[in-house]
Amino acid sequence: MSTSDTNTLSSGVYTEEDPSGYTILNMGPQHPSTHGVLRLILTLDGERVVRSEPDIGYLHTGIEKTAEVKTYQQALTLTDRMDYLAPLSNNLGFSLAVEKLLGIEVPERVSHIRVLLAELQRVASHMVWLGTSGLDAGAMSMFLYCFQEREIILDLFEAVSGVRMMTSYIQPGGLMADLNPGFLEMTEKVINELESKIDMYYGLLDRNPIWNERTKKIGILTPEMAREYAIVGPVARASGVDWDLRRDRPYAAYADYEFKVPIRTEGDSYSRYIVRMEEIEESLKICRQALGKITPPGVGVPYRTDDRKIVPPPKYEIQYSMESLIHHFKLFTEGFTPPPGDVYVAVEGPRGEVGFHMVSDGSNKPYRMRVRTPSFTNVQLIPELIKGLLLADVVVILASIDFVLGDCDR
Amino acid sequence: MTTVSEEMRELGRALSTQFAENFLGSREDRGELTLWVLPPAWRDAARFLRAGGYDHLSDLTAVDYLDREPRFDVMAIVASHQTHDFIRLKTVVADGQPVDSLVPVWIGADWFEREVFDLFGIEFLEHPNLKRILLPKDYQGHPLRKDYPVTGPAGSRFR
Amino acid sequence: MELVTPDNGGEKEQRMLYSSDSFFPPQGRTSGFGFVTTNLSKVIDYFGVDKYIRLARKHSVWPALFGLACCAIEMMATSGSRFDISRFGAEVFRASPRQSDLMIVAGRVSIKMAPVLRQIYDQMPDPKWVISMGACASCGGVFNNYAIVQGVDKIVPVDVYVAGCPPTPEALLTAFNMLQEKIEHGIPPGVSPAVAHSADPSLVRLNMASVAPYPG
Repeated sequence: MSTSDTNTLSSGVYTEEDPSGYTILNMGPQHPSTHGVLRLILTLDGERVVRSEPDIGYLHTGIEKTAEVKTYQQALTLTDRMDYLAPLSNNLGFSLAVEKLLGIEVPERVSHIRVLLAELQRVASHMVWLGTSGLDAGAMSMFLYCFQEREIILDLFEAVSGVRMMTSYIQPGGLMADLNPGFLEMTEKVINELESKIDMYYGLLDRNPIWNERTKKIGILTPEMAREYAIVGPVARASGVDWDLRRDRPYAAYADYEFKVPIRTEGDSYSRYIVRMEEIEESLKICRQALGKITPPGVGVPYRTDDRKIVPPPKYEIQYSMESLIHHFKLFTEGFTPPPGDVYVAVEGPRGEVGFHMVSDGSNKPYRMRVRTPSFTNVQLIPELIKGLLLADVVVILASIDFVLGDCDR
Repeated sequence: MTTVSEEMRELGRALSTQFAENFLGSREDRGELTLWVLPPAWRDAARFLRAGGYDHLSDLTAVDYLDREPRFDVMAIVASHQTHDFIRLKTVVADGQPVDSLVPVWIGADWFEREVFDLFGIEFLEHPNLKRILLPKDYQGHPLRKDYPVTGPAGSRFR
Repeated sequence: MELVTPDNGGEKEQRMLYSSDSFFPPQGRTSGFGFVTTNLSKVIDYFGVDKYIRLARKHSVWPALFGLACCAIEMMATSGSRFDISRFGAEVFRASPRQSDLMIVAGRVSIKMAPVLRQIYDQMPDPKWVISMGACASCGGVFNNYAIVQGVDKIVPVDVYVAGCPPTPEALLTAFNMLQEKIEHGIPPGVSPAVAHSADPSLVRLNMASVAPYPG
């Protein structure tokens, strides 16, 4: 029952070298800087990393298998728990995939609300990244600053859905419930506060000489390597790969928004930091545009599709309409049944391309829910990036890649 | 909703003529193009698509159709950064039949294939490091197969 | 009175060893220190200093970093500025288990992680407590499948369970306060207050409702 391999050298290291003089260090699953339960087996020459091997699976939850025995509405709650820093993005991807399977469209207002929530979620996720990156590099106050900003965004999620994190608010067919009255005003206050603080957040780390020393020219990723390793997200954009699903394959009303996609070409940890900071700024701009496009909640304002075979009817209708009663019954005992086939829908989460490949066989449960998560490929990149660097740089690179182990292991 | 563009159809036709004896068919459904090849042409078809502009490997996974022979569908979803399209390339393998690995085409296919091996039991030829990745090293069984129970084997010590 | 241990098939590695693995001590003594300090225990008893030791322990519980999944983010939020767990004494989250008292198992424990969990628990020095945070740590949560341990109490003895998915930071703080009351009253680690009370009625029973932030 030991946690280490019996013989690390034979457990998957590709080249055989003379091992004498090298230290094998286990940066184990429980470590303050690995951002989750990642295990890195490092072969060190003094302080320099000669080669390394990531060992994942310490958070494997079997979500794909569990989704095969749940109905579509139940499987939605499982998607929250994969990338747990951006549950609304996962929900959005799942909902769009199921809606494509069903072949339905949601009202435009719903798409705008989805965009607003997804962008707020992106800001919250980048705040956690910034806080923990600063904490890893030694700037502990970044952690406290960033988590406070995250709290005011989570207050919004709690106002709209009752839950701070695992909201399951974006559902196939629309939203869980309409926005509460006053939500748009609350959001505007939050966006004003965040926008006024962006410069402060830039200033906290931007010209800090220690931060610059630790992140500039560390962990350089070339665009060719990014394409070979199938890297997505801000990590790829910081290397010059110009691929952002919100702009290139617009989903959920992103085509109506104007925003820039930050691209850098250096590919080091500092440019990954700058790309994410600029993404926070752009997300706030998108949120502000969305606020102008969403009609406030009220009677008759749609928050989900009208198709009663997919979303349940309002509860009061059951009392006088037989058809509504039957729809309600069918939906809550069996659930909706999409026609057979498969679809692949990808959304741009804070970490990159979150792709949902749903296979339906005509029953009320997904036949196969495959989630392509960005952290899986980004963690694969770690041995390439840290080769030849010091142990202290490993920590900074892990922070700059911004993976989430729940996303990686599922 | 996405649509299948004429260039994608052209590419599908070019693939079907290039690998005529191994091409099974193509399908357009809900705005997505799927191409089926037989396992002998799997790696070359992927190379062909990569050379045709689809050089971003989005996903590489498998689906288990228990009541069909051959049982597994190994599929790769590739995307093009220029035309912003996705194409799905599939092959069909039976239980116990190995597939060519796509690692020579994309290095990033490494972990995708390890995951398919771990959860489905499909072997990949010429893979540099085919071992279990998500489950413990001494785990028996392949959970994502349809005949594997969700709650795991009976007598598991953690239930 | 026997402590009830669950039957896990009899394999030696499965047995749960409670850290104070003997008895219910007579009222007032903390968990056994061992042979060398037996005299010290007598001295402590004589002067009645025991109460102050427990008070000191209660106000300086240092958690070990054991955040696994989503609950870890809420645990980090609890240590942030709004909910601030350090006002209750948990000033630092120690990375090394050798320097910590409390293990907050925050998140789902997969079968690959289970031996690691036990090893970290074993590395912590006595007295040590465990809070099982969240539904996944308490009972497997949403995930009733092959990959998740259905409750960490199959691996380590748990003192307080916190419900929620993830529990709000307020719930975690409530659990922390319950743990502090438990320490204050000298209930041995790994034993639930109800069991302790039923075994030895002279032990003060915790009135849990008094610390709950919600009525009832």
